[in-house]
Amino acid sequence: MIDFRTSPDQYRHWRLTTDGPVAHVTMAVNENAGLFDGYQLKMNSYDLGVDIELNDVVQRLRFEHPEVKAVVLASANEKIFCAGANIRMLGGASHGHKVNFCKFTNETRNAIEEASAESGQIWMCAVNGTAAGGGYELALATDHILLIDDGTTTVSLPEVSLLAVLPGTGGLTRVTDKRKVRRDRADIFCSMEDGVRGQRALDWRLVDELAPASQFDQAVTARAQELARRSDRPDNANGVLFSPLDREIGEHSIHYRHLSVELDSSRRTATLIVHGPQQDAPASVADAQAQGDSFWPLALARDLDDAILHLRLNQPEMGTWLIKSQGDGPRIAGYESLLEQEHWLMREIRLFWKRTLKRLDVTSRTLFALIEPGSCFSGLLAELVFCADRSFMLDGQWEQDDTPAAELQLSAMNFGALPMSNGLTRLETRFYGEPQSVEQAREQQGQPLDAMAALRGGLITEAYDDIDWDEELRLLIEERSSFSPDALIGMEANLRFTGPETMETRIFGRLTAWQNWIFQRPNAVGRQGALQLYGSGSRPTYNFERI
Amino acid sequence: MTALKQEVNYDDLIPNNVNLSEDRRLRKALEAWHPGFIDWWKDMGPDGFQDTPVYLRTAIGVDPKGWAEFGYVNMPEYRWGILLAPAEEGRTIPFGKHKGEPVWQEVPGEYRAMLRRLVVIQGDTEPASVEQQRHLGKTAPSLYDLRNLFQVNVEEGRHLWAMVYLLHKYFGKDGREEAENLLKRTSGDKDKPRMLGAFNEETPDWLSFFMFTFFTDRDGKMQLESLAQSGFDPLSRTCRFMLTEEAHHMFVGESGISRIIQRTCEAMNEAGITDPTDVEAVRKLGVMDLPMIQRKMNFHLAVTLDLFGNEVSTNAASAYEAGIKGRYQETRIDDDHQLHNDTYAVLKVVDGELKMVEETALNAINARLRDDYVKDADGGVKRWNKLIKKAGVDYELSLPHIAFNRQIGEFSGLFVSPDGEVIDQATFEANRDNWLPTASDLAYLDSLMVAVTEPGEYASWIAPPKVGIDNKPGDFEYVRLAG
Ligand SMILES: [Fe+2]
Ligand SMILES: [Fe+2]
Repeated sequence: MIDFRTSPDQYRHWRLTTDGPVAHVTMAVNENAGLFDGYQLKMNSYDLGVDIELNDVVQRLRFEHPEVKAVVLASANEKIFCAGANIRMLGGASHGHKVNFCKFTNETRNAIEEASAESGQIWMCAVNGTAAGGGYELALATDHILLIDDGTTTVSLPEVSLLAVLPGTGGLTRVTDKRKVRRDRADIFCSMEDGVRGQRALDWRLVDELAPASQFDQAVTARAQELARRSDRPDNANGVLFSPLDREIGEHSIHYRHLSVELDSSRRTATLIVHGPQQDAPASVADAQAQGDSFWPLALARDLDDAILHLRLNQPEMGTWLIKSQGDGPRIAGYESLLEQEHWLMREIRLFWKRTLKRLDVTSRTLFALIEPGSCFSGLLAELVFCADRSFMLDGQWEQDDTPAAELQLSAMNFGALPMSNGLTRLETRFYGEPQSVEQAREQQGQPLDAMAALRGGLITEAYDDIDWDEELRLLIEERSSFSPDALIGMEANLRFTGPETMETRIFGRLTAWQNWIFQRPNAVGRQGALQLYGSGSRPTYNFERI
Repeated sequence: MTALKQEVNYDDLIPNNVNLSEDRRLRKALEAWHPGFIDWWKDMGPDGFQDTPVYLRTAIGVDPKGWAEFGYVNMPEYRWGILLAPAEEGRTIPFGKHKGEPVWQEVPGEYRAMLRRLVVIQGDTEPASVEQQRHLGKTAPSLYDLRNLFQVNVEEGRHLWAMVYLLHKYFGKDGREEAENLLKRTSGDKDKPRMLGAFNEETPDWLSFFMFTFFTDRDGKMQLESLAQSGFDPLSRTCRFMLTEEAHHMFVGESGISRIIQRTCEAMNEAGITDPTDVEAVRKLGVMDLPMIQRKMNFHLAVTLDLFGNEVSTNAASAYEAGIKGRYQETRIDDDHQLHNDTYAVLKVVDGELKMVEETALNAINARLRDDYVKDADGGVKRWNKLIKKAGVDYELSLPHIAFNRQIGEFSGLFVSPDGEVIDQATFEANRDNWLPTASDLAYLDSLMVAVTEPGEYASWIAPPKVGIDNKPGDFEYVRLAG
């Protein structure tokens, strides 16, 4: 089982130090501490284990270090910044592992970019040695790339020429969309083994700044300080420490503080039951902060985030996720009014939710939301309904049960704070051809909507009464789990992201999809393919037919 | 004086067998590069001897019977030639995936990046040693040695030309850029150092110089030997010819140390000193004590072994498989020259201990080249020991263990004694001064470095050579110093 939970005292591959407003995140990969056997993480190459720690670094910096305004990503290896994903690991990994590894890596890089753009924690990269493949992609995720100008050190994306795969964790896309490298230069850059150094790297916008070796450290320091000055984060706030995440894994269930998961291997479903707040919201932001990582929206986000990652990697056969909730809907509004305030911590929690919901969006599982009596799909949690491929609401009450009928409730959270990677809210995406429906929904903010009202407003897929509920859902789930998972993954990923493309949707939808295709092709993974033969000394044999 | 720009006749200026007068593209490229090279030589070449006539050999052809001529030359006017060993009729690729196919006369597109990288790395070492040795002229122990230093220097300059020729001729615009960059990096420079570690070390004294030519030029030899096997014929032919010059560099190193050892033993015998480790007594004689020579050997072997890169290397395997870079004396090895089913025993670190591990032969190409190198170097050490023995001195020099004091590859980060025992850092540090040159060694060496400029005379610490260069008599004026 792969565990995504870690903490700085357990890091094997990274060093995290902070000095006032500047943090240093230093890659020092322990080559003998790979996640699996059969490869060594030489030359600062990485596997999922290295990325899990980086993800933890990114998270903790944001919550535990409000004072950190600039983050310097660097390498402890003098000659090599980072050689990218470990090729032997990729060569030996299952298709599913490769795909999930890349997805997670992408999400972490997006989180780095989001920290710079929205959290006032601006990342830069001090490229003190060769940055190849995933190593350069990592640099690309930061807002400023400072390259040592020593006549030798290069940045490169050698995947196509050496490995017959793509720089698939954002590389191709960020070169053109973020750094706006001209397409023919990008074509040259992405098909060369050796990469580009010094002045040309700067001229082509592959990096932002050059510094000679003797002035490199000063240049890094000066730049970090300059970036820190752009930040709006507080100077002297106390951070929120992340305590170890409580999680109990049973045979058919997983329990977190605010989330439980039930696994049904015969139906191949995972039921995620999200729990609403147990108490009323604290009176003020200060009180909320005093609750630390127990503050309900933060605690739940951590639970949900871990559950998504855990289920993705460790329960690949649970193809359908049923999302339910339980709790007191009206209480949530109190928490939301805190979250909406201009305060660094409230902003971080909002952004954490944004990221977590986006994780759900790109999860390759069928998502069905089930809105039942006793649920609390209100505002923040209503977003989970809009993440789902379809949503079902019980019309009325259960027979012989006096729990009141389910209600859905919208809030400001559904209209801007939590955009999808296409830049639109989930409601805007849902109502792509009918902006009037978004307006109508906006007017219903704060009103409890019963099943019929929700159905009329287009907010749910279907409402069933107590008589039909079980049978309809049984048929639906059985039908769904009989389809080819491949076709469903493709279909869902296409239907979820309506409308405009952004760099992020291009990374997930175009780059990753092509990469996943290439990851299946004999030219990469066949016995004579480049990934398999890399390191054996033998050259690959390609089938030269264009498809 | 004429104000007109002087027309350079490159065919006169550059002895060549590559049809330079007919090749417009190449001539144009060299014309653009040549002024920068001359500037580099004046800035970074031998300091203080640019206008001094030196009795040098110049390669003018490739006929094994008469490829060079001797004469006095001011070094900036040296005729750096472009010479390739004669083409072998019907040569085929001797190893790798393309074994048996006709050799390539042009760069195969598929291997362009790999080939260029190899040429650039080789090319980077050539000017580096000239830079490292540029101050040695001021402290030469004789005119004979001074001339040998300059001979090595101009030939390293010519080796640079040889690599630049390949870059210009076969690698298009990228090649021209790389050729420019070869002049921009500088040995030991903080900002733009040479590519490989040993070529950024200092060569502050003549013992270092002889050690460098013995150990580090020998790495050059091994690299050239394996590139001489290349399926890319122009590279093969270029390297084969370079090897004829490289032999002289190693001769300078081996004979230099032989002469030092000889002088030390003679002086000890004359003074009646029987204990070679009585350093104080030996140093009073103004000669170099044998334990210090051993420590210098330890240092130089370790830095040089680092040049072989990772013992187990997929890059080296790819270059072999591609038919680009072979093994030492590839064609004389009795195997299938493809190595798909072969293994090679490589010394590795297993659970903190040194153990032989069978690696696939392809991945162990670097380890094998290093092993061949160590054997080759050991031959020289045996000859030195014979001299010591013949002089009746009880001392034996030996190469340190390959894992001793390494910074790159399998043994980096490990503490190993010169005998090959894995130890802890504290033990290593406690013995550092027994194993590696000490500050007082270097100070003593420095004190010995005084120029001897009279023809036929030698510094106190080195014996005269047995024969002169080009069979010249003992008092021949190899370098005509001004005044
Ligand atoms: Fe050379
Ligand atoms: Fe040499």
